[in-house]
Amino acid sequence: MPDVSNSATRSASLQLVWLSIAATLGFALLMVLLSWASALTGSGPSTLNAIDAESGTLTLQLSTEPPQLDSTRATDSVSIMVLGHVMEGLLRFDANNQLVPGVAERWEIREDGATFWLREDARWSDGLPVTAHDFSFAWHTALAPETASEYAFILYPLKNAEAINTGSLPIDALGVHAVNDRVLEVEFEQPLAYFEELVAFPTYNPIREDFYRNRDGRYGADVEDLLYNGPFEMTVWVHGAHLRLEKNTHYWDHERVRLNVIDIPYFTTDTTAALNLYKDGQIAIVDYLGAEQLDEVLQQRWELQRFGDGSVWFLAFNFDPSRVTSNWHLRKALQLVTDPSELVNRIIKMPGNLPGESLFPVWLQGIDGFFRQEYPAPQITLDADAAREHLRLAMEELGLDEPPSLALLVDDTPGAGRQAEYFQNLYGTQLGIDIRIDRQIFKQRLAKMQSQDFDLATYGWGPDFADPLTFGELFASWNPNNNGRFSNQAYDQSVRLAQSSLDPRIRMDAFGRQQEILSEEVALIPNYERGRVYIKDRRLQGVVRRAVGPDPDFTNAYIVENP
Amino acid sequence: MYAYALKRLIQGVVTVWFIATATFIAMHSVPGDPLLNERGVNEEIRRNLEERYGLDRPIFDQYLIYMSNMVKGDFGISFTQQNRSVNDIIREHFPVSAALGVLAIVFAGLGGVLWGALTALYRNRLPDVIVMFLVILGISVPSFVIAALSQLALVGLNGFVGFSVLPVAGWGSILHMLIPSLVLGLGTMAFLTRLMRSSMLEIVNADFIRTAYSKGLPPTRVFIKHQLRNAILPVITVLGPAIAAITTGGFVVELVFAIPGLGRFFVQAVQQLDYTVIMGTTVFYGAFLVFMVIAVDLLYGLIDPRVRLK
Repeated sequence: MPDVSNSATRSASLQLVWLSIAATLGFALLMVLLSWASALTGSGPSTLNAIDAESGTLTLQLSTEPPQLDSTRATDSVSIMVLGHVMEGLLRFDANNQLVPGVAERWEIREDGATFWLREDARWSDGLPVTAHDFSFAWHTALAPETASEYAFILYPLKNAEAINTGSLPIDALGVHAVNDRVLEVEFEQPLAYFEELVAFPTYNPIREDFYRNRDGRYGADVEDLLYNGPFEMTVWVHGAHLRLEKNTHYWDHERVRLNVIDIPYFTTDTTAALNLYKDGQIAIVDYLGAEQLDEVLQQRWELQRFGDGSVWFLAFNFDPSRVTSNWHLRKALQLVTDPSELVNRIIKMPGNLPGESLFPVWLQGIDGFFRQEYPAPQITLDADAAREHLRLAMEELGLDEPPSLALLVDDTPGAGRQAEYFQNLYGTQLGIDIRIDRQIFKQRLAKMQSQDFDLATYGWGPDFADPLTFGELFASWNPNNNGRFSNQAYDQSVRLAQSSLDPRIRMDAFGRQQEILSEEVALIPNYERGRVYIKDRRLQGVVRRAVGPDPDFTNAYIVENP
Repeated sequence: MYAYALKRLIQGVVTVWFIATATFIAMHSVPGDPLLNERGVNEEIRRNLEERYGLDRPIFDQYLIYMSNMVKGDFGISFTQQNRSVNDIIREHFPVSAALGVLAIVFAGLGGVLWGALTALYRNRLPDVIVMFLVILGISVPSFVIAALSQLALVGLNGFVGFSVLPVAGWGSILHMLIPSLVLGLGTMAFLTRLMRSSMLEIVNADFIRTAYSKGLPPTRVFIKHQLRNAILPVITVLGPAIAAITTGGFVVELVFAIPGLGRFFVQAVQQLDYTVIMGTTVFYGAFLVFMVIAVDLLYGLIDPRVRLK
């Protein structure tokens, strides 16, 4: 049939063309239906650019949406960031990261408690006043066992708080009372030097009781399940698709707020996608860049911004007696060959990171200036020979014939992998210690940390509040985050002293002592203080990045048309 | 026909029950703990949490409670999105994945049949060679590469034109769907093209085609009624599972294009060990897949008169 096949090909092609036309028409119909469906589940077409000076609108991308916005149960940085824009506690952080009056107009902190006087013009977004009862109610709620708040511990300095949270005292035993609408009385469990820092934390935010009870357990789940008292209020929340914050006209200090709208129509953890959105002029800031994006940014000659996110990263040891890492000489040997600056400059290679020298990061305040200037970290001089001598002693004490093999527990991120390989190579060549890298995904790594199933682990700690205690506490024997179970009596005593003393000198001396003990005992090997790099549109000014508190903070941001 | 449908439906329910049970067992045997977080908590707070999620009960009790709730259509409350029910998550995000998936399937199905038929007609000639080369690319290049590249191309296009022709990412209009669904459907389109081509080639030389020509039917009629209709059967067979795979497997595309689909929740839930969301989405997807397979089998009876459903 060769004679028909050519004409068959031709006419069949023609037929295909007709089919295609029919398909296109059907397709158009489908499009109409789908666009209707996507408008229902999305936010409608966004036509604005990253910055619209006329309407004062800023468009952003976030890595994820907040899981929920009930402040008593918020734990993650995205929730804290959003809450920082739509809520306000008794105190808040200003543009220079200093604590300033929020809902509280003035306050007095005594040895046994505190009194807060609330400002008269603090309002909820429905116009009703923010009262002392709202704070009292929120704190009681956060501590109620049935709330199951993970951050309940941050309220433990309040009198009887821990006993209430653990169910051994009734909820009304809490030492928090609203004297009247504008006066809040707080009793402490013990003297407390850093309460001002604590009340700026979102768990201490107010919640209005009648509203909370009306929501039938859904408080914070959706846009209509929230009441706002902060600089912005949320007007749109389409889950996973769109958040919109608009200036809250009921906010007492609304003159401070210069943006009208913060629009967040993009949620993705893909930083490359965020960079593409930025390049396309759709978003005003990429608040975190990875090593993969750095080249592109440098090529485009965008101005790279940097800030320290406040966290400290280190190698943690397992102090369980059954582990070789409980041997001091072994830890000392590792300490004497580890050079954090090499790790930062050659492996991490991202600008903004500082070589780690101490558990206490450089940005912490001491008595008059920075803590680390007043109490310099003990210096470690690299010494491979001394290290090998310590290793020999360790093997002797442990009864080993050859250098031990150690399991290093790390995350499954590419960065963590590179660091692990660096340590593997370093300890292998310098000391002949065989490092087995144990890479685990997030929850499994946490489970292994908690069950002490590791010898070494890379670990990071970010601050909850701006006091050295948030770091010092970490190695107290009773701390649930002390995963290696480091236990040292002098250290514990020093932490207790820092917790209960009100004298700054006594407290800072205590932290200085802790810093020394950690170094002498080689309780950890500091790796780096993490820095973050980001890029932002030049027209956007006044963005605040910070280690403690909502980050990034746009409440002071403004737009300049011709930078 | 109805008896057959009923039988398949009962089999389907048993399959879904099996999926649910297997997922439950697998999920609880994975090391790790859904309640663990970056911040460790003391034992009392931990007990409060366990009580809240019913994890303090024996595992078999948890299973029974879960199953009885599931039969009532209640998938429970998410562990990570503490105030949202899994039903809400599925209801709000599945339509997104479905809309994207439908468009992707249309691209894949139409493209696959058209390209496949075309390459078969032009067998071993230039169009065939070019299309088959692209097909190999489409099958072997993973979707995250294609997604990232196409997004980059969009940025370039918008930059070149000077205004936003197509959005780079996001969701909310038909324009947001075009590129992501093309990317999502590309692999399936490539696969279907190959399938269609080979089944067309098989049929071109079949006896009944020769008979059709020899009794003087016009070539177009032979092509449409005899070749295309017969060749399309294998395509329909794989289309059912492909629909399920596409509407559920868009995780990467959803991530790159910032689309609020269910695929992201599914993958994140596994990473976070969010028990209720893992169960809810797996059972939902499982049921969806089973339903699609049954639907295709029933459809077969309508398209192919040789298949009699009993």
